[in-house]
This record gives sequence, C-alpha cells and structure tokens, in this order.
Amino acid sequence: MTTPQPSASASRAARGEPVLCVEGLQTHFDLRQWGFVRVGSVRAVDGVDFTLDAGETVAVVGESGCGKSSLARTLLALHRPTDGAIRFDGTPLNGLSGSALKAYRGRVGYVQQDPYGALPPFMDIQRILAEPLIIHGVRGRAERARRIDAALEEVGLTPAADTRGKFPHQLSGGQQQRVVIARALLLRPAMIIADEPVSMLDASVRVEILELLRRVQREHHLALLYITHDLSTVRHYVDRAMVMYGGRIVEQAPVAELLARPGHPYTEALLSALGDPDADNAHRQREVPGGEPPSLIQPPSGCRFHPRCRHAMPGKCELEPPPPDFRPRPDHRIACWLHE
Amino acid sequence: MTPWLQGLARLRQYPSALAGLGIIALLVAMAVYAVTAIPYSEARELWRGGEAWQDLPTNASPVWTDRLLGGNAPRTIRVATDDVVMEQERYEGVRLQRAVLPVDFPYGGFPQEINLFVESQFDERQPFVRLTWRTPDGESIPLDARRVGESERISISQDRQLESRLGFTPQVGLFTDAEPGADDPQVRQGTYELVIEAIQFEETATLDANLVVYGQVHGLFGTDHKRRDLTVALLWGTPVALAFGLLAAVGTTLTTLIIAATGVWFGGWVDAVIQRLTEINIILPLLPILVMVGTLYSTSIWLMLGVVVVLGIFSAGIKMYRSMLLPIREAPYIEAARAYGAGNARIILRYLVPRILPVLIPTFVTLIPTYVFLEASLAVLGLGDPVLPTWGKILNDAQAQSALYHGFYYWVLAPAALLMLTGLGFAMLGFALDRIFNPRLRNV
Ligand SMILES: Nc1ncnc2c1ncn2[C@@H]1O[C@H](COP(=O)(O)OP(=O)(O)OP(=O)(O)O)[C@@H](O)[C@H]1O
Ligand SMILES: [Mg+2]
Repeated sequence: MTTPQPSASASRAARGEPVLCVEGLQTHFDLRQWGFVRVGSVRAVDGVDFTLDAGETVAVVGESGCGKSSLARTLLALHRPTDGAIRFDGTPLNGLSGSALKAYRGRVGYVQQDPYGALPPFMDIQRILAEPLIIHGVRGRAERARRIDAALEEVGLTPAADTRGKFPHQLSGGQQQRVVIARALLLRPAMIIADEPVSMLDASVRVEILELLRRVQREHHLALLYITHDLSTVRHYVDRAMVMYGGRIVEQAPVAELLARPGHPYTEALLSALGDPDADNAHRQREVPGGEPPSLIQPPSGCRFHPRCRHAMPGKCELEPPPPDFRPRPDHRIACWLHE
Repeated sequence: MTPWLQGLARLRQYPSALAGLGIIALLVAMAVYAVTAIPYSEARELWRGGEAWQDLPTNASPVWTDRLLGGNAPRTIRVATDDVVMEQERYEGVRLQRAVLPVDFPYGGFPQEINLFVESQFDERQPFVRLTWRTPDGESIPLDARRVGESERISISQDRQLESRLGFTPQVGLFTDAEPGADDPQVRQGTYELVIEAIQFEETATLDANLVVYGQVHGLFGTDHKRRDLTVALLWGTPVALAFGLLAAVGTTLTTLIIAATGVWFGGWVDAVIQRLTEINIILPLLPILVMVGTLYSTSIWLMLGVVVVLGIFSAGIKMYRSMLLPIREAPYIEAARAYGAGNARIILRYLVPRILPVLIPTFVTLIPTYVFLEASLAVLGLGDPVLPTWGKILNDAQAQSALYHGFYYWVLAPAALLMLTGLGFAMLGFALDRIFNPRLRNV
C-alpha cells in the first residue's frame, strides 16, 4: 500500500509545481446502436488544459451539459480519457491500475451533488466512514474510530457520537453533505473535487457548506476543484475560475479579474445573466441569451460559441477553433479570436 | 436501530405473521427435540426397521383417532416373566419353572397378533416349554408345547393347529366365548392368563419370556407396514425438511444474487454470458433432471440438495435481481465507492447485494417450503434419501402399501399435514414480510 507522501508533494509544491496538470484532455462517450455498432460519440470533454496548484481553489463554471461532471469523473479516474494527459503530483495517470490507482484514489476526495444519493442508505455513518479506511488498509477498530470521530468533528458534526450511529435518512441534507465532506477528508487527500456540492441543498445551508469547504481546504492546504453552474457562488470562495463551454475551457483567470474584466463573450453573457449581485433576483437563473447549448455529438465548427456569439466574426469564428491561450494578462487565458 | 430490526419489529402488527412465526417455532422445536432425543445415527438405524420394532403392531392407527371416533380398539399389551413371580420346584433331577402372565383385556376389538418371545440360556439341553391359555371363566386352552432355543418367537396367532381347534384364528378364538365358527364373535373382556411351564434340564439354565398381544392402535401417529412408529419419521422429518429447505433457499438465493450482481456490475460479455446461461437454465426442467440423477447416480438427500442449488443458481431470479440492481449500479454512492478505491468484489458484495437484500427476505422465506415440497415430491417419486426418515418417505411408503385403499388415512394425513403446516407457516410470515420490505405492496 502506498501511503501519501506529504513531504514529497510539499517540496514539489514549494518548487511551484502544480498538484494537478491536465493537458489536451478528451473524454468521449461512444454512442452505440444494438450494443455494438458505433454511430458517433458524445464529446463531453474535448481538449481541456489547466493546472491546479497545491492549496489553490479553482472553480469550473458552465451551463448544464457542458461536460463539467465528465471532467470531474475523468480526473477521478472513473472515466478513461480518450486522449490527453493528467499528471497528479508529477505522476501520469494514464495506465494507472491496481494498487497505484487505489493509492491515487486515496489522495483525491470526491464530493458529489446529491448528498443523500452519495451515502449508501443501508449503512450507518460509522460504517460509511469506515469503508474508505478499511479499503486503504487502516487497521484497528480504535484507530478507525478515532479518525472517524475527528473527521466528523472537523466538519462540524459535534459531538460525533450523535451522528455515528445514524443512518443517512436520519440526517438533514446539510448534515448529509457534511458527512460526504468528512468522507472525502478521511484519507487526508491532496485534492478534493466537489461537483456542484451545494446545488441540491436548501439555500439556507449552501453558504455553510461552502464556508466549510473553504475552511477545510485552507486548513489542509488542499487543491480544490469546485464545479458549479452558478457563477454567483464563485466570487467569495475561489481563487481562480475557469469557464467551460461545450466540452472546452473558454476562459480562465483569477476570480476577481474574471468577474471584473471578462474576456470571452460567453463569460460576459453569464455575468450579465447574473445581473447585480446584491439585487433580489441575483440567484434567479436566467439563460444565456440567444440560442441552444451546443450539441456535443456534432459540435459547431470553429469556435463552439459562434452560433450564439454577438461578436462572431463571419469568415473566422465558424471556420477555425480559437486556441485556448490568448493572454491579455499573464494569468488570464481566453479562447476567443477577439483577443488575437 | 437498523432498518432490518425496524422491519422485524413491524411484524408485530401482522397477526398472520405471528401465527406463521408460531408455526415455524413449533417446527423448530420439533426439529430440536428430534435431534436431541434421537441422535442422527440412531434415527437412521431405527428407520431401517427390524428387531427394534418387534413389539409394535403393523399398520396400527393412532390411539386418539380411534378414541375420538368412539372406538375401543385394543392397544398393545406386553407382559414379561420379569414382571411376575417365577415359581420353581425340583423334580427328579430337573427343575420345573412356572409363570403366570396376566393379560388385562378391557377392549372392544380383537388383537392383531399374539407373539411370545422366549429367550433362554443353557449349555446343551434346550428347555421344554408348555403354554396354556386361561380365560376369565377359568377355562384352560392348551397351546403349544415344545423345546425352545436361545431366542425364539412363538407366534401363537400363527398356530394353524390351534386355529382349527378353536374354529377362529387364535387372536380371535382366545379372546371370545362365541361358539366355534360363529359369524360374529364378540370380545370377552376380562383378565386372561398365559401359563408358562418350563422344564429345565440344567442347573444354571434360565428362561425369560415376553408376551406381546398386539393392539389395533398405537401411539400418537400409528405405525407402518414394518411396525415402525411413525413418530420417529415425523419427528425426524422436521429437521431434515427444515435443513433442506433452508440450505436450498440460502444456497440458491445468495448465489443467484451474487451472480446477478456480478453480471450487472461488469456488464458487457460477463452479463451476456450470465443472461444466456439463465435463459438456457430456465427451460431446463428441474424435476426430470433430479429424477435422472436419482435414478442413475444416488438419491442421497445431500446430493439432491447440491443439484437443486446448482440448477437454482442460474434461475429466473437472476432476471428479477438484475432489473433491481441495474438502477442501483448507477447510484452516486457506488460512484463514490469507486472514487475512494473500492474494488469490484467489494462493490458487488458490500454495495450492490445488501441494497436489495431486504426486498429478497420475503421471497427467501416463501422459497423455503418450496424446497421442502420438492424434497417430499422426490421422496414420493421413490427418489427419497435411502436411509433418512423424511415426511416424503412416509408418503412414499404409504403409497407403495396402498394406504388409502386399505383405509390407513393416518399414514398419509400426518405427513401431509406437517408439509402443509410448513408451507402455511413460512407463507404467512413471507407475505407479511413482503408487505414490510416491499414498499410497493404496503397499504397506506
Ligand atoms: N457515461 C456517459 N455515457 C454517455 N454520455 C454521457 C455519459 N456521461 C455524460 N454523458 C453526456 O455527456 C454530456 C455532458 O454531461 P455532464 O454530466 O458532464 O455535464 P454537466 O456539465 O455536469 O451537466 P450538469 O450541470 O447537468 O451536471 C451530456 O450530454 C451527457 O449526456
Ligand atoms: Mg454535472
């Protein structure tokens, strides 16, 4: 069993190397007829590049169906990438299997969208939290119990004794999500991937859960990939944001920069849909003006946003896909011909 | 409290479930009693028949049915020389022994048979025995007079010579005062006596005699054609039936479930192979295969159990479990488990199977009697275990001896009632469990 080696990753982080490095990542799902004839594919993730530093919180923002969850699952090695490379702590993920894959999975925590669905309904909390520990060879009931209690208390379920013996359905949605976060933290990961962790929760507990994620991220110096379709939750909780559209990342920048000076017309559209953050209608989801989300089976030619783009330049945008790294500023990358 | 315990606690709301549980508890108690009172090897030995049963009448019905119907059929009477005083006197170098065995006969019917079992020990010269029958009136009827060996059965009721002297078969003629050859001889109730007089030629020679006047009724459940008390088989049939039903149900349900979960989890060709095997297996008829195995190979109950389980693995249940497991396969908690490193075996056994286990409990409970019936059917077809007493074997014997034609209803009714009781108990419990664990059936 490979145990996490904090010293190695710490030194790597000190040298400024990212925890996660993604290059040209593609995840396509084959569409088959009669079970075997391939009739096409869903290009859910279609050429994604980014890096994630230790202790950094990065948001992935995009409308429904743009491939955010597929990206998350690919990073968790739940889907095999069609192409591209993922490096975690300097080790390529391709072809990892057996104990190496298991060790990797121990170093990445996963927080899902639906907290109730994420907890096996027939296990009590104690058992649910013991599972990852057992799988990763933490022997000794007492040691496991100690770590479980610590994790429960860390996520604010105090005293732990009140929660341990309960079943998921006996907890509120917020408490369930806390258990999910506790489970993600149990193996002392280096990175957490949170896929819309609050979108199924009551508005009243969303902030609490986001604060909790932010707090544990800081305390453990975790890399956190926060996936959301709701730009309004991004401002206070992340360092950097990436905007995803049609399986690609169209813009990434530090969050203040992105919100103040959006470079991609799609980001602009998202921001204008968000409206005034202080107004009553701030949380009302308004659709990005004009048109349908792009098909991932037959994506638009050239820039995938051009059919909906107000600034589309005929003869350019529909022909050639823009490279993802026009940089108006060093840490601001935009995939749009306007910035050529 | 786990959902399981909660479900079980809800059983209290269903009187039928409690009744079912009561029946099952009774059967379990019978089974426990059977295995503790009569050890396995002894039960097998007893059921082989033979000397152990020589004191019992053949095909005697239960005492209580006769009494309930107002009958006064005779029970079996045993009197031994050990129970009475044996007089002795010496006479010209030999010893004369004399014992009087009283037979108290208050019944309304004639005995079935009369046997005297004689055991004697001597070095060279066999003792000489003379038997005399004395009626309550004091009338003496000389019976046999002969030398006896070390262990001998003197069948008084088979004595043809005596029969012609009495004008009736001996078991009738000895217990009536009707005229010889009368059409409808009546029993004369009272105390009869068998006088045994023996001449011993050796100083240390001994003689023990045991008179058995066989009744027409016996015990709680009667006896069969081999004089065996059906109680043994009815009692021992219980643990055998329960063990067979339980093991077969557990064996088939669990393996089927695990295989279904394996197919669902791996999908692809694994699933396809399992599906095709299931489809082939569904059209294979179980009973003829069992008959074939039984006829060609062995009818050991454990072999049958093995065949039932093996053929039950790829049963139609796989299709049902598959349809229940397919949506669970996509559950976020399974994805989460994979994300924290759970392997395939762990996901199948700890995440997929337990999820539908509660739904299977009712099916499982109702499956138990199905296998009990299957075992009984095999036994009735003559493919029962050759040595073990089971309910099915009793039915098989009854059928072979044309029990119903001869009016031995008890022979068929008792095992059939136990079989039905088993079915009823498990079915009542199973239906209630179905309502508890299968929410779609629960009435609001
Ligand atoms: N396992 C799969 N097999 C085939 N197609 C898939 C699979 N998973 C996702 N897809 C398709 O990929 C596309 C992107 O899905 P994905 O779940 O990644 O989007 P998303 O951005 O997370 O959307 P949402 O905000 O609704 O969660 C969708 O069209 C979806 O139908
Ligand atoms: Mg999603």
